[in-house]
Amino acid sequence: MMQTTLKLAVALIVSAFLFGCTSQDTMDDDTQATVVDQSTSADDADSDDADSIAMVTEDTNWEGHALDNPESLLSTKTVYFDFDRADVRPQDRSTIEAHAQWLQSHPNARIVLEGHADERGTREYNNALGESRAKAVRSLMTLIGGSAQQIQLLSYGEERPANRAHTEEAWAANRRVVIEYLTRE
Amino acid sequence: MIRKLLLTIALLAASSLLTAQQDIIEFTVDSGGVGTELIAVVPFSWQGSQPPIDVAEVIANNMERSGLFSPIARSDLPATPSEASDVIFRNWQLLGTPSLVIGAIETDASGEFIVRFRLFDVNTARQALGFEFQVPASKLRSIAHRISDLIFEHLTGVPGAFDTRIAYVTERILADGSSRYALNIADSDGFNSRNMLESSQPVLSPAWSPDGRRLAYVSYENRQAQIMVQNLATGKRRRVANFPGLNGAPAWSPDGKKLAMTLSKDGNPEIYILNLDSNRLRRLTKSVGIDTEAAWAPDGQSLVFTSSRSGKPNIYQIPAAGGHATRLTFEGTYNARASFSADGTKLVHVHAVEGKFKIAVLDLETQRLQVLTDSWLDESPSFAPNGSMILYSTTTASGGSLAAVSVDGRVRQRLAVQHGEVREPAWSPYRHTH
Repeated sequence: MMQTTLKLAVALIVSAFLFGCTSQDTMDDDTQATVVDQSTSADDADSDDADSIAMVTEDTNWEGHALDNPESLLSTKTVYFDFDRADVRPQDRSTIEAHAQWLQSHPNARIVLEGHADERGTREYNNALGESRAKAVRSLMTLIGGSAQQIQLLSYGEERPANRAHTEEAWAANRRVVIEYLTRE
Repeated sequence: MIRKLLLTIALLAASSLLTAQQDIIEFTVDSGGVGTELIAVVPFSWQGSQPPIDVAEVIANNMERSGLFSPIARSDLPATPSEASDVIFRNWQLLGTPSLVIGAIETDASGEFIVRFRLFDVNTARQALGFEFQVPASKLRSIAHRISDLIFEHLTGVPGAFDTRIAYVTERILADGSSRYALNIADSDGFNSRNMLESSQPVLSPAWSPDGRRLAYVSYENRQAQIMVQNLATGKRRRVANFPGLNGAPAWSPDGKKLAMTLSKDGNPEIYILNLDSNRLRRLTKSVGIDTEAAWAPDGQSLVFTSSRSGKPNIYQIPAAGGHATRLTFEGTYNARASFSADGTKLVHVHAVEGKFKIAVLDLETQRLQVLTDSWLDESPSFAPNGSMILYSTTTASGGSLAAVSVDGRVRQRLAVQHGEVREPAWSPYRHTH
């Protein structure tokens, strides 16, 4: 419970920080990365939380759906993995957490987490790997606040590559989990 | 010095004109050129209607791609006898070929073809084999494969596997960027391809039932992985597994009554055995990692499977009744998707060293591992029913294609369908009992 609270706090302050900086354009990547790894006090997070979420949906000129706002982490719907690994990379946590918060604040929202692998190795093992990746994302989302009932899993293994080239770059783009919204609100 | 022989025979199958796909299938025999034995296959004479296929050419191509024989070019044949009485053995002895195949084709009153062939031992000037078949035109290619099997068995002591089929998956990318997936079967030489299933969703892991009449496979139709069993003659399908999570890697028991499969309905991926008559499902493995890609030993007493329980994927063996799983592979960084040779003495699998995925054979008696391919994205190996060759898929810059390698790694050939990605080959069982 203590850990959950702390993680939630970190997630909130991270989103507050990231959402804030999108309009400033002055923060560099290193600063952001540091924030992700920092353990921050829950008090700080609580004080900033509500405002920062409001900024995402209202304080920009974006007129489309909040989940499509290019200035919001919510518009990012793909996270990436290392070869033969299914653990979420630190730099992708904030994206997953933003979607978890959306699920929490929109109890009728439903998503499918599509797990994928690169073409190396065998197809059925890659199907299993794709599922492990989707489960890792689900696990983080439910920790933050999404409900497991809102999340379906589907592994495509290496069957649906995002990039069909046979290069390291293509493989990195293919080792992914795609967050697909079935119902947004 | 090994001489590199690169022979490309591109042929448009007359029979493929009848199919929707109209594939041009190309064979490339990339052999070491060593240790092959000469064989003379004389064009068969014909009377009545002209046969729609060149039976002697099919036989010569089969002998060539076995990797064990070098057919003599037609232009180098000293004579074209079609009856035993026409053969002058001295001519063939001078050519240095130990074997000579001749034949004749006639049409009977009903329009069927009568095919006669003889195999001669040139050195002893004796007939070694002689058979006659009567078939409709549609079966001529199949008869050419059966004749090839008889010749191969006589000359090598091993039953031929030419009159068998392969199943494989193709993916065509349409102009709008979407994909069409198809499950196909073809003769073992890649000709006569027929479409068994087309889908806008991925299809994978085709597995032949031991009687060769059904295929089990994984289909993503309705956006969920499910295991189907399809009767090839009727096209009728039965959904046998549709659980939450993974439904994958179907593998028939040798008696054809059970399917091993991978399910994740109880947590992480584990191997289960489904009794197809009773629909009873039994869990076989229990581990923290991924367990998948089960394959039965020919005696049905045990299965091998891929497991990541020790970190990296490796091959394990477990009794079919359940119990302790024994690790079988220790070399390389990735060992997966193993299957047995028909005699149960060897395991073919995908083996990676330094990020390159190749086909390897593990001899279970000597524990010797032999890597058979030198490419880097090889997958889905399966033994020919006679154990002489291994079919697998390989990826090059131009896409996925099918390839075969002799079990000693000496001869490789590539089978390629012209359009789209080709993958997931599975070699059928024998059509005839031996």
